[in-house]
Order: sequence, then C-alpha cells, then structure tokens
Amino acid sequence: MTELMPAEGVFSLIWLLIALPLAGAAVLLVGGRRTNAWGPLLGVLTVSASAVLGIVMLLQMMQNSPEQRTFDQTLFSWVFVGGFQADMAFQLDQLSMVFVLLITIVGALIHVYSLGYMSHDRDKRKFFGYLNLFVAAMLILVLANNYLLLYVGWEGVGLASYLLIGFWQHKPSAAAAAKKAFVINRIGDVGMSLAIMLMFVTFGTVSFQGVFGVADQASEGTLNAIGLLLLLAACGKSAQFPLQAWLLDAMEGPTPVSALIHAATMVTAGVYLIARSNAIFDVATVAATTVVVVGVVTVFIGAIIGSAKDDIKKSLAGSTMSQIGYMIAAAGLGPIGYVFAIFHLLTHGVFKAGLFLGAGSVMHGMNDNVDMRRYGALRKVMIVTYVTFAAGWLSIMGIPPFSGFFSKDEIIHAAFEQSVLTGVLLIIGAGVTGFYMTRMFIMTFLGKARWEDDVHPHESPKVMTVPLVLLAIGSLFLGMALLYWGNIETWLEPVVGYEAGESPISTTASIALSLLAVGLGVLVAYLMYQRRAVPIEAPHGSWLTRAARNELYGNEVNDVLVVQPTYYTSRWLVWFDNKGVDGFVNGSAAFVGGLSGRMRRYQTGFARSYALSMVGGAVLVVLALVLVRAS
Amino acid sequence: MNVYTPILVLGLLAFGFAAFSVAAATVTGPKRYNRAKYDAYECGIEPTPQPIGGGRFPVKYYLTAMLFIVFDIEIVFLYPWAVAFDQLALFGLIEMFLFIITVLVVYAYVWRRRGLEWD
Amino acid sequence: MSPLLASVGAETETAFTMPSINYYAIAPILILFGAAVVSVLVEAFVPQRGRRPVQLVIVVGSIVAALAVTIDLRGTRLVTGEGAIAVDGPTLLMWGALLVIGLLGALLMAERSIDPLGDAFAPRASALPGSEDEQEFTRRGFLQTEVWPFLLFALTGMLVFVASNDLLVMFVALEVMSLPLYLLAGMARRRRLLSQEAALKYFLLGAFSSAFFLYGAAMLYGFSGSVSLVAISDTLSAKTGEGSLVAIGIALLMVGLLFKVAAVPFHQWTPDVYQGAPTPVTGFMAATVKIAAFGALLRVLYVSLGGLRWDWEPMLWIIAALTMLVGSVVAITQTDIKRMLAYSSIAQAGFILVGVVAASPQGLASALFYLVAYAFTTIGTFAVITMVRDASGEATHLSKWAGLGKKSPVVAAVFSLFMLSLAGIPLTSGFVGKFGVFAAAIDSGNTWLVIVGVVASVIAAFFYVRVIVLMYFSDPTPDTASVVIPSAFTTIALTASAVMTIALGVFPQWLLDIITQAGVFIR
Repeated sequence: MTELMPAEGVFSLIWLLIALPLAGAAVLLVGGRRTNAWGPLLGVLTVSASAVLGIVMLLQMMQNSPEQRTFDQTLFSWVFVGGFQADMAFQLDQLSMVFVLLITIVGALIHVYSLGYMSHDRDKRKFFGYLNLFVAAMLILVLANNYLLLYVGWEGVGLASYLLIGFWQHKPSAAAAAKKAFVINRIGDVGMSLAIMLMFVTFGTVSFQGVFGVADQASEGTLNAIGLLLLLAACGKSAQFPLQAWLLDAMEGPTPVSALIHAATMVTAGVYLIARSNAIFDVATVAATTVVVVGVVTVFIGAIIGSAKDDIKKSLAGSTMSQIGYMIAAAGLGPIGYVFAIFHLLTHGVFKAGLFLGAGSVMHGMNDNVDMRRYGALRKVMIVTYVTFAAGWLSIMGIPPFSGFFSKDEIIHAAFEQSVLTGVLLIIGAGVTGFYMTRMFIMTFLGKARWEDDVHPHESPKVMTVPLVLLAIGSLFLGMALLYWGNIETWLEPVVGYEAGESPISTTASIALSLLAVGLGVLVAYLMYQRRAVPIEAPHGSWLTRAARNELYGNEVNDVLVVQPTYYTSRWLVWFDNKGVDGFVNGSAAFVGGLSGRMRRYQTGFARSYALSMVGGAVLVVLALVLVRAS
Repeated sequence: MNVYTPILVLGLLAFGFAAFSVAAATVTGPKRYNRAKYDAYECGIEPTPQPIGGGRFPVKYYLTAMLFIVFDIEIVFLYPWAVAFDQLALFGLIEMFLFIITVLVVYAYVWRRRGLEWD
Repeated sequence: MSPLLASVGAETETAFTMPSINYYAIAPILILFGAAVVSVLVEAFVPQRGRRPVQLVIVVGSIVAALAVTIDLRGTRLVTGEGAIAVDGPTLLMWGALLVIGLLGALLMAERSIDPLGDAFAPRASALPGSEDEQEFTRRGFLQTEVWPFLLFALTGMLVFVASNDLLVMFVALEVMSLPLYLLAGMARRRRLLSQEAALKYFLLGAFSSAFFLYGAAMLYGFSGSVSLVAISDTLSAKTGEGSLVAIGIALLMVGLLFKVAAVPFHQWTPDVYQGAPTPVTGFMAATVKIAAFGALLRVLYVSLGGLRWDWEPMLWIIAALTMLVGSVVAITQTDIKRMLAYSSIAQAGFILVGVVAASPQGLASALFYLVAYAFTTIGTFAVITMVRDASGEATHLSKWAGLGKKSPVVAAVFSLFMLSLAGIPLTSGFVGKFGVFAAAIDSGNTWLVIVGVVASVIAAFFYVRVIVLMYFSDPTPDTASVVIPSAFTTIALTASAVMTIALGVFPQWLLDIITQAGVFIR
C-alpha cells in the first residue's frame, strides 16, 4: 500500500509548477500589446522553468522507495459546505509525474517552435498567453487530488483549446470550429459533473484517496454508472466515438496548437481520467468493456478518416483519434493494460508532436497550403523536416526499434490476453495505420513535385528545426528508454496496478503478426501512391473513400441527434409563447363575440394573455395541491 | 364542508340572479342604438371634455380622484382611533400623530408641486 | 379562538397592552423609511437645480447607515412588534445583500455622463412621448429626481418583506416594494413608449398577483384564525386532517410569491418589463426583487409550511423544472440582450428553486449563497449594458455586439466574466452557487431534479457563451456599438460586482461561513 507523503523539500514547490505558466498567462493577457516584444520569450521561459522543476522533482522522487512516491500538498480548503469538502490540494505521484514531464517538456519544445512559426503574427503575445494558460490548466488537471479540482483543470484546458482553435478568428471556419469543439465538449462535461455528483452521493467525498479507498464497497451498478459517465467525459475530451467530430475541425487552429493540445496532451486527458479512476473501472466490468469497445471502434474510425483526407493536418488528426483509441482500449483492459496505455500515451505524445510540427514546417515552406496533393518531392528541399518526419512515421507504424513499436505492441499483446478478437482487430488497425502514414509520407516527401506555381519550398529556421530534431530523437529512443531503463511497468505499478496476463499467443507471434500487417499496409500505399502518379484533383473514389472524406458523417449524426432537436424545441416554445397562448385567447374571444369586440380595443396588447396564463397556472397549482393533499 | 354550504348556495343564487337579469334584459328589451348609448355613463350629461384622438382624459381627473381617496381614508382611520382613544392612550396618540405626519408629507409634496391647482 | 381574535372580539374588557418593539433591531428599516420621507420633502421644498446632490447624499448616507446598523446587529435573533417582524440570521444576511446591491443600483441610477442628454430617466415622466413639452424639458436639462424616493421606498419594502413574520405585514411590504418599481419601470428617457407599456403591464399583472397573495392569506386566516406564520404552522400541526381550504390558501399564496420570482408559468411579464425599464432600474430590480421574493418564499415555506412539506414539494418540483427548462430554452432564440437576460433570470430562478425545494438547512444556505452571487453578477451585467451604445441610445440588439471584443477588450472581458458566472463555469461565483443548490437537492433525494437542472444549465451555457463568441470571434461591422466611458458611479458599481463575482468563485468560503453562522429562520 502506498503511503501519503507530506510535500516537503522540493515537493513543497508543487504549486509553483502551475503558478509559473499561470503567472506567464496573466502577464501576457493583462499586459496587452505592451508585451509584444518580450512576451513570447517570457512564455517560453515560464514553461521551461516548470520543466526544469519537474525534472528535479523526478530525480528526487526516484530517491524514495516506490511506496513513498505519493506527495500531497493542501493549499487551502476551497469549498466546505455541510458534508461536502473539496480542497485546493495537489497530489504528485508516479502517474502525475510522467504527465508533468510530458506536458512541460513537450510544451516547452512547442513554445520554442512557435517562436519561429508565429513570428509574423500580430497577436503573438496573445497566442503565447493562451498557450501558457493551457499548460497551467493541464497541470491542474493532472496534479489535482480530487475530482472537483480535476474538473477545474478539465474546463480550463477546454477553454484554452477553444480560444486557440479560434485563434485566427478572422476565418469563419476557425470560429465555427472553436464553437463546435466547445459545444461537443460540453456534452462530455455533463458526464463529468454527473459522475462527480454521483461519487459524492455514493462515497460522501470526491477526493481520489477517499473515493478509491472505499470504491469496492459500492454496488456494481453504481460503479458502472460512474464508470460510464466518466467514459462519456473521456469521449468528449479525447475525441472518441461518438463525440469525435470536433477534432478534425480543431485543425483550424495554428499548427503548434494542434501538436500540443490536439495531439500530445489535452486529448489524452481522457486516458488519464480512466487510468486515474482505475479503482472504479477494476470493479465496474460493464463500463470497462464499454471502454474497450469505444476504443476499438475509434481506432478504425480514425484510421479510415486518416486514409482518405488529403489535408495533411486532418489526416494526422484522424491518426491521433485512432492512436488514442489504442490507449483507451488498453485502459479498458484493466490492470494488464493501464501501464501500456500510459506508455503509448507518452511515446505517442512525443512522436505525434514531432509529426505535427513537421507538418507545420512543411506548411511554412508551402505558403500554408495543407493539400498533400500539391506537395511531393519535398525531401530534397527540406532535409531536416524529411528526416525527422521519417522518424515519426516509422515510430507510429511500430517499426523496431522506434518508440511506437514497444508501446503499441505491448497493447496488442495485452489485448490478446483479454480476447483474441480485440487483438486481431487492433492488428488490422495497425495495418491501416501503416497504409495511411505511408500514403502521407509518400505524397509529401517522395514522388514528383506537384507544387502550385508561386510556391518556393524552403527549410524552416533553426528555432523550428531544433525542436523537430529533439522530438525525432525522442521518437527513436523514448520507447527503449522507458521500457528497459525506466521500467515503466514497475514505475506506474503502485498507482494504477499491473499484472501480466496469460496470452494465447507468444510475444514473438504477436509482434510478427503486427509487423506483417504494417508491411502489407505499407506495400499497398507504395503501390497506390509511389508507383502511380498522384492526381492533383482528388478522384471520385469509392463510397467508403467518400464517406471517410466526410468524416464518416459524424457531423450529420450529431446534427440529427442533438442539434436539430434542441433547435426545434426552442423554436416551438417561442412559437407557443407568442402564438399558442394568444391564439387560445383569440379563439375563446370569438365565442364571446361582439360583446368583447368593443372592450378588446381598449386592452393593452398582450397583458391579458399573460394574466390568463397566470390564472391557468394558479388553477393548476391549486389543483395539484388539493389533489396531493386529498390523496 | 357543511359550514360553507349556505355561502355556496348564496353565491349561486346571487350569480343566478345577475345572469337572469342580464339575459332577460337582452331578450325582452328594445334595441335602439344611438350616440348617447355608446357614450361613457356620466349621469346623463355630456362627458367632458371629449376624448381627443381616441380616448385620453386629462390626468388631472385621476389626480383629484386619488387625492380624494387618500384624504378620505385618512379620515376613516381616525374614527376607530377616536372611539378607542381612552384605551390607546399616549401610544395611540403618538402613532396617530406619525400617521398624520406621513399624510402631511404627501400633502406638502402635492401642494408644492402644484397638484392642487387645476391649470 | 386565537388570542388575537379574543382581544378584538371581547367587548373591550381586556385592557390594551402596548406592543413591545425593539427599535434598534428594526433600525435599518426605520432609517430607510425616514430617509424616504425626507427625500419626498426635498422634492417639495428644494429648488430644481439643487435636488440631485441633496438626494444623492440622502440615499447613499441612509443606505450606508442602515448597512452599518445591520452589520452591528449580527448575531441578533429575535421576533419583535408582537410577532410581526423577525430579525434573525437569514434576515440580516438578506438585509446586508439588499443594501449593498441597492447601493450599487443607486450608483448606476446616478450615472449622468453616459447619455449625452443626461441620466437614464425621462426629464418629466408625465410629458407625452415625442411631444414638444418633452423636447423642451430635455433642452432645459431637467432631471427626474423622484427616482430617489422611489428607490428608498422600494428598498424599505424589501427589507420589511424578508423580515415579515406574518402574512399581513408581508402583504403591505409587498406593495411598498412593488409600487415604486412599477413607476421606475416606466421612466426611461429613450424608447419611452416601450417603457410605459412595460410599466403598465408590470402594474396590471403585479396587482393581479397581489390579489392572489391576499386571497391565499385570507384562506389561511380562515383556516387558522391568525395571520402569524408561527400560529399558522401550529394550527397546521394541530389539525392535520383538514384539507382543501389549506391547500387552496397555500397554492394562492405561492402564486403571488412565484410571480415575483418569475417562475414559470407566472413569468411572462419578465421579458417585457426587463426590456422596457431603464437599464439601471432593470439591474436594480432584477437583483433585489429576486433576493426579497425568495427571502419571503423561503420564510413562508420553512417557518409556516414546513410541516406540509410533502404537500407542496411535488408542485414546486414541477415548477422548478419547468422554470429552468423554459427559461433556458426560450433564451436561445432571443435577439435582444435585455430580453435574453430576462429569460436567463427566469432560468436562474429555477435553479434557486431547486435549492428551495430541498427543504433542509443546507437547501436554505445554498439558496442564500446563490441569491447573493446572482445579485452581484446581474447588476454588473446590466451596468455593462448601459455602457454599450450607439447613436440612438443603448444598443441592445445582439447583432450590434458583434466584434465588441476587438473594439473594447476590457469591457468585453468583464461582460464575458459575468456570462461565464451565469453559465456556472468553475472559478466564478455562479459555479459555487449551482454546485451548492444541486448538492443540497441530491442530499434531499431530488436527484432527477438535479439531472433536469444540469441539462438546463448545459442549454443555458449555449446562449451565454454565444454572446462571448459574438464579441470575440466576429468582426466588427459598421453597426457595432461602441462603449461609452462612464463616470466614477458606474465604474465603482461595475468593479465591485466583477470583484465579487471572482471572489465568490475562488474564495467562496468566507461567505459560506457567514451563511452557516446565520443559521435557519427563527420560529
């Protein structure tokens, strides 16, 4: 059993991890245009300082024995009403530690990259302010020691994401995308707030320690309900089926945002939530199974969308969806999967950030064109981007010894331990991954140049390529490092639990199968896009291609299920308020006839219908009370 | 419920009589419409002044009527106080004094703002 | 036969006993009432030019004095005036809130530098709209100073309303509170016909609802032989079997009170009145009437009808659910910001009702917190609306707010803060309030009502956030309104409400402590 350590020494500075970027955001957003000159640099510095602090804490944490690695810092009692208590308190353990490092280090690299990418933007200090705000909110999310504070961070990252997607608000598409992301996320948030309330009712507390300590005493039905509500929340934030539609539109935001928020960190918050709530999902079997199903379905939705999109960022977004599907599926597997979900989350965070920044670098050289059909043959002019993108490409496909190989194959292997079907489906998913990533790689860097006339591709400045190189090195070594040197299973085991299961097939066999599938995918892509010329106009394509281009009609489904009913209910109520009530009055007035004819002219417009509805309401209220009392 | 039955019966009787009267007048009475019948009822005299533009009366009518009501009610309150003056003693005197002052303030306001002048 | 009836009915055998009144405990009421009377005399005797400064001194001075006494009274818990007035924790808390909000409202009404023509009120409310007289009054720079006595009388009525411990005093207070508000609603300087129509509607429907209230009070008197809340409660527990007279009485009483809080189906006056009334008045009454009416409703339900909880709860469940849903849903399609906020206030009334229905000390505490939080946010919201203008006055059509975030980032940011608070986003006062009422409702087993509430607040979040989106993510058009820089009056009111909105969201504990210490209603 882990014990709760008081936050002393360097750990007394847990609050500072958050306070630094928060202060940066405050200075940049309040300071306004005055900070234009030095603001972006300040943004980089605050996040880098948090990263350094995080690394120091990691080193310190490794000094302690595994049971003594959970640190608790209570700042003050935040809400204390009746039996309900929620503190402004943080908990740093092995799980939040790896998240802190991912967020601050990848965050710092992306801040540096943005110095170059956003250098010409008029509002760049605002951009860095929002980015800092995001980092602070994300750190609150992963450092909270209770669900209510986690919810604060959860909403905070949602807000930052919304602001950043709509950063180029002069584009109507960006504004619309921001709104869409916000609205769909609210649906997930309903799940979150209901889950928190249900926890409070059931356990009388919302702190992690409190809830997990007594989780197994609640009825399984209640736990399943909580689990499913948490899953709904995770689906919203992590763009999982059926709430996936917003992520593709979110690519309207600047590319560093796509890399940081919509690939590496925020969208993985759902995985964090499920892994953190492992005590609930361990008992709630129905909810856990649903998690696996949602994950596997999303693996395919994302991969299919990624295979059909010609927009490089949207294709990558589909891929992100699909990869998070792997993590969610792994998290649903229970103690055999949590550590690998987090493992894949870390490696994915690094290589997907690299891929997105690579895509940004390409766009930077191509006048912000995102259409891969107008790319081609860029390997000659953008050598650094080419090599680093290749590292990400090999990593996401799971080619040894790149990081993705270790993490994804652990998930597939673990899936076989649960059921052969899940394992086979995930292997097929890996094959499709091989196809769309190779397609993207070939269309962008290989083949013939299909550039527009006035485009002169060039390599990006150092400030952008250095982060690319660092992330590429991470894509190559992080997997090995975490597995062999960092012992990720034993590191996370005290928090999320770990047990090796019995697999029906050997490790070698599962690796061989998945490599075979990936190889097939690569071969198909090679035949389709390298051996044949890529047309500039997209061909009509099969029904599946067209459906995938339309994001598998996710928008239409949302429209029919949520948007239209709300809209029409509202319209109907307004109509009823204006027409129905008056109509009724006018109708009854016709019976009374000429008598009221003269009087009506002297009546003020609508006051009488208001009065009538008051009488109606009063009659109903009287009847209700009399009936209740009589019964 | 028995206690209320007579009241209910009485109410029904009253309503029935009213309905009967109106109905009887409608059925039996002659129907001759002229301008006087459409006019507002002011004891048979011509309503003065004639409504301008479809029905505005000078606000002074209402003002005068309201002032009358305010001071009338003041008198009404004075009666019971006078009857029970012996028992209410000093407390009653002070309370009544405060009450009259309150009305006096209103009177002063109306007077100073020329609410008592017709033109 | 009750003692009261006995003393009246017997042939003056029993000697008159002097009522004992604790004058200090009701001093805030007396101060405001005295100030209101003096204020009328100022109208009568001080020359036109000198009235405004004198009135301002009287209003601000009396409110501050009443507030000081209220603070000094903390911890008081007594019933005075022969059971007519109860001064207890909740009373004092609501007095404090009403006085502070009243002060902020007075500051908004005192603002003179926003409108180039003067303040927000018609120079002579009696002049025909558009007539030559009206133009003449405007040209000569007349100011309407009768608004100040009205404000003081309305506040006095509210203080009595939340403290009244019997139905008759409550009714008188209801009228003292309402009549000045009807008049204030009709005094807008611009769009006067709309304003006068609003005032007339408010008056007619308000009088109608008062009749319901009075009828209900008569029924309860008929049942128990007393108008005292405590005596009614005692009779109810003594005669449990008897039925419909009580039920009708309670129902009609509720109709009168629910009209004032704007609960569905007694809500229809709200949009028209909020839209037509001068905006500072709208802000003042949206915030204070909500506190006063809920204060009285809570007292009637908790003190007098607590024993009948199982009878009135189902009705209030349905009304709360309807209020939340209708308010939120109808607000979505509004295009006028004041109308939208009117429907929003209906929805918020529904959320507070969720706390009221909980019928527990926790429910009372959460409703009180919600009221205070809502009042500050609301008055700030309307303060911003007074400042957003175009050539014809306040620009209340939503399309004129497009791109405001680019033209006036600070004001737009403050307005966004208020919208987020009304939507109940964490770290604002609205979140703590909503959380409190929902938690209280769940504790009392009203889980389904909370589910309806969460759904309604999701719908509501849409139209609140839509305003933010409109301000920040649309480009300014030639029609976009501009923000007028106000004088210190509005600035102080706006700053205070913004600070409270954040303070109650981030550090709600101090107010929660005060509310906890305030305890429950005295019996």
